[in-house]
Amino acid sequence: MATEFSFPDSAAKAAAAKPEFEPEKMSLSMGPSHPSTHGVLRLQMELDGEILTKCDPVIGYLHRGDEKIAENMTYNQFVPYTDRLDYIAPLANNMAYAIAVEKLAKLEVPARCQAIRVLTAEMARISSHLLGLGAFGIDTGAWTVFMYSFEEREKLYKLFEELTGARFTTSYSRIGGLQRDVPEGWTGRVNAFCDQFLPILEETLSLLTRNKIFMDRTVGVGVISKADAIAYGLTGPNLRGSGVGLDLRKDKPYSGYEQYEFDVPVGTKGDSYDRYLVRGEEMRQSVRIIKQVIAKFPGGDWYAKDARRIFAPPKDKILTSMEELIQNFMLVTEGPQMPAGEVYFEAENPKGILGFYVVSKGGGVPWRLKIRAPSFCNLSILPKICVGCLVSDVVAILGSLDFVMGECDR
Amino acid sequence: MPAADATSALKEKFPQVTDRPSADHPAVNIPAADNVAVLRSLRDDFGFDHLADLTAIDWAEGASPRFTVVYHLFSTTNHNYLRVAAHCPSDAEPAVPSIVSLWPGANWHERECYDMFGIKFADHPDLRRILMWDSYPYHPLRKEFPLAGIETPLSDPEISAEIKVNAIAAPMAGGPFVASPGEMNLTDAEPRAKDESWNERRAQPGQDELRQAKE
Repeated sequence: MATEFSFPDSAAKAAAAKPEFEPEKMSLSMGPSHPSTHGVLRLQMELDGEILTKCDPVIGYLHRGDEKIAENMTYNQFVPYTDRLDYIAPLANNMAYAIAVEKLAKLEVPARCQAIRVLTAEMARISSHLLGLGAFGIDTGAWTVFMYSFEEREKLYKLFEELTGARFTTSYSRIGGLQRDVPEGWTGRVNAFCDQFLPILEETLSLLTRNKIFMDRTVGVGVISKADAIAYGLTGPNLRGSGVGLDLRKDKPYSGYEQYEFDVPVGTKGDSYDRYLVRGEEMRQSVRIIKQVIAKFPGGDWYAKDARRIFAPPKDKILTSMEELIQNFMLVTEGPQMPAGEVYFEAENPKGILGFYVVSKGGGVPWRLKIRAPSFCNLSILPKICVGCLVSDVVAILGSLDFVMGECDR
Repeated sequence: MPAADATSALKEKFPQVTDRPSADHPAVNIPAADNVAVLRSLRDDFGFDHLADLTAIDWAEGASPRFTVVYHLFSTTNHNYLRVAAHCPSDAEPAVPSIVSLWPGANWHERECYDMFGIKFADHPDLRRILMWDSYPYHPLRKEFPLAGIETPLSDPEISAEIKVNAIAAPMAGGPFVASPGEMNLTDAEPRAKDESWNERRAQPGQDELRQAKE
């Protein structure tokens, strides 16, 4: 008797099988160690095919407890910690923290100090945007931009090093003053940098602005409406890219920004491309501000002379005069003596508005120091704008938001 | 309208709102239960459309009210700030209504506040920890939490199931070097490692139990 073999074809197999072609969602974890998450951001995504249906950012991988540390050290000791918030633009953070504590101490710093702070903050803005631009280029497949922008950034770091002694962790501002005055001929070198930077900036931006691939990746991607941008607390170029012209340097001037002429660029559509355009224009405006600061660079003191209980005396005085030595000793051990009260100060930093909320009960140590980090607020909109995007769009959106995890996680 | 006028108009509208002493921006105290109504009015009628910051203050154990939630509002049209503070009614179980319905951006701020202070935000859509990991047992910005931290096994169920051991966070030998706050003599106050009972050579008390748990 012949054995019967059965060879059902694939159609018969499929008919016999249970219908199991239910659409299935895939979850994908991107980061915390991923080149396009610019640090240690993790995105827990839910995908339908290649379309995101859910995006849950997981943060905190770089949490160091800066606010707890601040409650346990004197006001002066915390200055180096502000370098590590937005570590791309430490000079701007130093300045924001110093002004916040000066407001608490009701301290006025002289014009030269204010001018140097504005100068360094704008240089920090250029350096931060250059990195953001280069990284955005890499995210969207344009490697060359990175090479151009990092060369310029390196020139800035040389100038920072000459001024502060450090390339990255500058700790330049002191409460009531600065670490030291600008070196001989330094402002001339900054001016020379600006002169040669402008044509290179145009060349660098021209690699992206009309680039077909770049525009395909960014135009209409990650659109943030005006209402959403305000509701989610977005600030800086991300807010201005959505058409809200809020810039604290113009609207709530501090450190003498009201003396300088500059324009605040705003976008029209609020997509990734607009945010790129805003950053490009901000660099040109920063150069404008730097040139004005240098043109009317004020003389005089670069630290508040009347702040004996707050600001450390000059080093040569400490080493030669008994009274200044005692003052310095008291400042180091007990900290600067602050009145009780609370202040909230915000500065327009490269990434957005950096705020310091200082609550003092008197004495040399803050009772509570809250850091309002722009990247933290800017990232909170991700679950809203990423839904419906492709995975590759997420990379472009992250690049366009230009965040830094050091200040997001604190 | 200037922020100072806004506070007096606000006090007319809500009689329970009181002035809060402030050196910089106008500030008001509001009852925690009314925060949604008052903040909605500030957003819609007074032009404070931007929630700049949301945080909390711990006034230390024994103080009452112990926790204060502080909102900083900014007007993108008038360019002025307003500080709004709400004391949490309960010191042991601090809770205030959530304002995510007014500003979606408050979502992460309130999660951070819950993570760091243990303040519960009622009706929050997704009140999870944000900076610390989900199973972390403490609220680090409370005043009784030590600066050097408390060593905690990283008992994430998923991780433990995967690596088959109870993962332990990296030790901090003595904690950061900092000056002590408060009135005390200079020897006690000077910057030093706060917990000197243990260091790289001498294990921290309780370390053995953790190590055994790991093995």
